[in-house]
Amino acid sequence: MYRIIREILKYGIKTEPAPACDPSLKVGGMEMLEKSLAIRHVDAGSCNGCELEIHALNNPYYLLEGSGIQFVASPRHADMLLVTGPVSRHMEAALKATYDAMSEPRLVVAVGDCGRNGGIYCSRRNYACCGGISSVIPVDVEIPGCPPEPEAILKGILSAIRS
Amino acid sequence: MDFEGMERIRGIAPIWKAEGDWLERAESCRDEGGRLVSLWGSETEEGAFVHAAYVLSKGMLIVKHRVEGGSYPDLSGIFPCASRMQRSIFDMHGIDHQGRDKRPWLCHGFWKFPLRKGGLQGATPSSEDYPFVRVEGEGVHEIAVGPVHAGIIEPGHFRFQVVGEKLLRLEERLGYKHKGIEKAFEGMTIPEGARLAARISGDSTVAYSWAYAMAVEAACGITVSSRAGLLRGIALERERVANHLADLGALGNDAGFSFGLAQFSVIREDMLRINKSVFGHRLMMDLVVPGGMSGDFEEGGKMIEETNIIESKVRDLREIYMDHTGLQDRFLTTGKVEPALAAALGLTGLAGRASRNAADIRVDHAYFPYDMLDVSMATHYGGDVAARVSVRFDEIFESLRLIRMMIERLPEGEIMQNLPACSGFGAGWVEGFRGEVLLALEIENGVIRRAHPHDPSWQNWPVLEFAVTGNIVPDFPLINKSFNLSYSGHDL
Repeated sequence: MYRIIREILKYGIKTEPAPACDPSLKVGGMEMLEKSLAIRHVDAGSCNGCELEIHALNNPYYLLEGSGIQFVASPRHADMLLVTGPVSRHMEAALKATYDAMSEPRLVVAVGDCGRNGGIYCSRRNYACCGGISSVIPVDVEIPGCPPEPEAILKGILSAIRS
Repeated sequence: MDFEGMERIRGIAPIWKAEGDWLERAESCRDEGGRLVSLWGSETEEGAFVHAAYVLSKGMLIVKHRVEGGSYPDLSGIFPCASRMQRSIFDMHGIDHQGRDKRPWLCHGFWKFPLRKGGLQGATPSSEDYPFVRVEGEGVHEIAVGPVHAGIIEPGHFRFQVVGEKLLRLEERLGYKHKGIEKAFEGMTIPEGARLAARISGDSTVAYSWAYAMAVEAACGITVSSRAGLLRGIALERERVANHLADLGALGNDAGFSFGLAQFSVIREDMLRINKSVFGHRLMMDLVVPGGMSGDFEEGGKMIEETNIIESKVRDLREIYMDHTGLQDRFLTTGKVEPALAAALGLTGLAGRASRNAADIRVDHAYFPYDMLDVSMATHYGGDVAARVSVRFDEIFESLRLIRMMIERLPEGEIMQNLPACSGFGAGWVEGFRGEVLLALEIENGVIRRAHPHDPSWQNWPVLEFAVTGNIVPDFPLINKSFNLSYSGHDL
């Protein structure tokens, strides 16, 4: 126990302030949600690079849960769907079903270049891909990048709340 | 098997190729203690072919076999891991195999034979469910999980047969992430292909990029500079360390020890930030390119200092993990794959080494820069989650040592060479963090005709089904994480 506490003290507090958002978007923000946002993540066919950066959001540097944003296990508990793409033909039905299981109001954020338009996999016609997330479900905010860095994902999530 | 008279392909990896004797070569490979790495199909004007890549003590052997009468002899009786690969060859090409399991694997019924010459055939999915093998009896029930899982994970379906909390049987159904990568490669230029290769499995982006670059360089007959070679080694070892750090943290967390996740994820984040400042990308995507490297660095001293810091932190954390009774209680004897079973099923890479299946390209078939580094292989006899944790710790320390050595030996020089527009066959073979990655490539006048990437997850997914048997349902996430297999690299 002593060693665990020693390590914690040695590391200190790593958490950085959340990035500033475009102020013109500020309508309600996190205050409106009373510092509570539940996100359901769906990987609709990514290379798993975006997942690595979404994972990083939970590390002590970004500490997503510290600002009241948490990932939940069921779409029924979620306010927001965070989707990585491209949407493969095999995940199309599962993505739609996940979206349909959410109660309204609901937000959808498409992560990464593939989430936006299918990225490199869909640069030409591809039998196995449907394209970006918006070709299957309505999308509120798209976050470019391959993969987008954690700060960019965080900014995208915050701007979806404020839009 | 005698490699005499066989053609060694160009390039730095020890790879030979041969034609014919499909079954005989498979049997003699098994008898010599070799392993099957990958199976894939191809089609030319001359007809349909299947290809198999084996590893023997001298190196890799790629066997090409002409398909006669629409099918080819089954290898799954010799190498069990062949089964799903044979089913996928049928899904992609319509080339039948003579094996018993005729169920589709990558195909879910929406398309038919996309790699067949003359184009894709449309299809409508059948309304019948995939025929899972069921266990019947009093008190047995079924748990269906996925494709969307409860967490930030890739999609796949798991079908558990359970009595109470005890797992009787697991059957996987994958292919949900199939996004036509092999088809997309066809007709791409070399630089386009490099971008796609870097995105086959994001966590192994350096391994795949290097395998692709190695294949292109082999086909074109060029050798990269020593500086570029060493930089590739540094990037690959950094990728290994970063992934092992993430896994060790997640394994602690899955056993209820969130302290581990917090600590390891801080070290990982520090590392990714240095990747960004040195190489311009946190995951080092598109860093290794055919002909050399797209990025260089000047401040080697900073990175050596960083490796020393990581080493001392990980050493402290290892002691805490080892001494933590609650954690060890969850790790020990959980998800055990006995060495004999691992050898019979062809468990490979990190998980294989944790079940005394000692194989590592960096040691057994070392090419530049590993041939001058005297890499020491981490192995364990336990075969359980604890063994896979232990191998990860050992590999982190070894990789940090390698990174330091490579930085110290880094010569001055160019990092990029021009590629001629070339034609030919090449293959790249790299020990990624999960295991051996293979990329076989055929180029025609600078355009890709056929590319087949292989992820070690192909071998290890079927073994996971055995590893969980007899364990309890709540231990499944822990066991699954201890293997950390790729869905994207497998589903293609």
